[in-house]
Amino acid sequence: MMPNYLVQVIIENKPSISDPEGATILDDLVLKDNHSPISQIRTGKILKFTIKEKDKAKAKAVVQKVCDDLRIYNPLVSKVTIEVFNA
Amino acid sequence: MKVGVIVFPGSNCDRDMYHVLTDVFKLDTEYFWHEKSLPKNIDAVVLPGGFSYGDRLRAGVIAAHSPIIKDVKKLAEKGTPILGVCNGFQILVEAGLLPGVLLKNTSLNFMCEWTTLIVENNKTPFTNQLRLHQEIPIPIANGEGRYYIDEDTLAELKKNNQIVFRYGKAVNGSSYRIAGVCNKEGNVVGMMPHPERAVEAEINPIDNKPSTLIFKSLLKTIGVKN
Repeated sequence: MMPNYLVQVIIENKPSISDPEGATILDDLVLKDNHSPISQIRTGKILKFTIKEKDKAKAKAVVQKVCDDLRIYNPLVSKVTIEVFNA
Repeated sequence: MKVGVIVFPGSNCDRDMYHVLTDVFKLDTEYFWHEKSLPKNIDAVVLPGGFSYGDRLRAGVIAAHSPIIKDVKKLAEKGTPILGVCNGFQILVEAGLLPGVLLKNTSLNFMCEWTTLIVENNKTPFTNQLRLHQEIPIPIANGEGRYYIDEDTLAELKKNNQIVFRYGKAVNGSSYRIAGVCNKEGNVVGMMPHPERAVEAEINPIDNKPSTLIFKSLLKTIGVKN
C-alpha cells in the first residue's frame, strides 16, 4: 500500500528579478514608522500537492517533473523549492 | 480570405476583435473554441485579450496547454500571420511561440489608460503599412503587462529585429519599454495594448488612423498571398 505524501512547492522569482510586491510590503508596511532589522521581503506562491507514491524521493521527483513539464513555474524568471512531508 | 479568432474559457475581447475584423475590415472571420482544430489553409489567426482561466497560476499558462495551440504552432511554422493581443500575447509567450515573459505591472495596479506605441519593426504582417517610429495612440488594460527579458536575450531581440512596438514612455516597468515582439521569422506578433479598441473614431479620442494601419497591414499581407 502506497502512502500519501504532502509535497510543498514554493514558486518564487529568481533573485535578479525585482519584486515590487515584496518591496511594497517592506517599505510601506513593515518599515513604516519603525526601524527594523528586516531588510528584504520577497513574495512567492505555495502549491501543496497530495500524492500517493512509494517513497518521499519518488513523490518529490514526480512533482518536480509536473512542475517542469507543465510550466507550473516559468523557468525564465522563477525557481521552485520542493519539500516532502508525510501527509 | 479567412481569419480565425480563438476563444478560450475566460476570453472576453474576442467579440471586439471579431467585430473590427468583420464590420470594419470586411474579413471573413470565424470564432474557434480552444478545443477545436484550425483549418490548415486559414489566412491569419488572432488570440484575443481577456482572462483565460481567470489568470490562474499565471496569465496565459493554462490556455497555452489548450488543444488548439498545437495547430497554432503548426501554422506559426508555416508562416501564417498570428497576432496575440494582451492575454493572447501572454498565451503565445507561455506556449513558447514568443520570447520573454509577462509579469505584474510594477505599479501592482490594473492599468487602464491610453498610451502611445512607437513602431520599431514595420516588416511584420501587422506593421507593414506603418512608418518606422510612427506613433500609435492606443489603450492598455492589463494587470500583468510588464514585459521582461534578460540582457542577453534583449541583445538577441535587437539583433534579430524582433522588437515590434515600444511604449513611448515608461508605463509598467517593461524591459526596454517593450510593448510588442515577434518571433525570429516575423510572422507571429504579440502586443499588450488593444488595437481593436483604437480603430473606430467613435471610441478613439486621439487618432484612430495609426491603429487602422495595423489591420490594413494584415489585409495587405493576406491579400498578396491570394
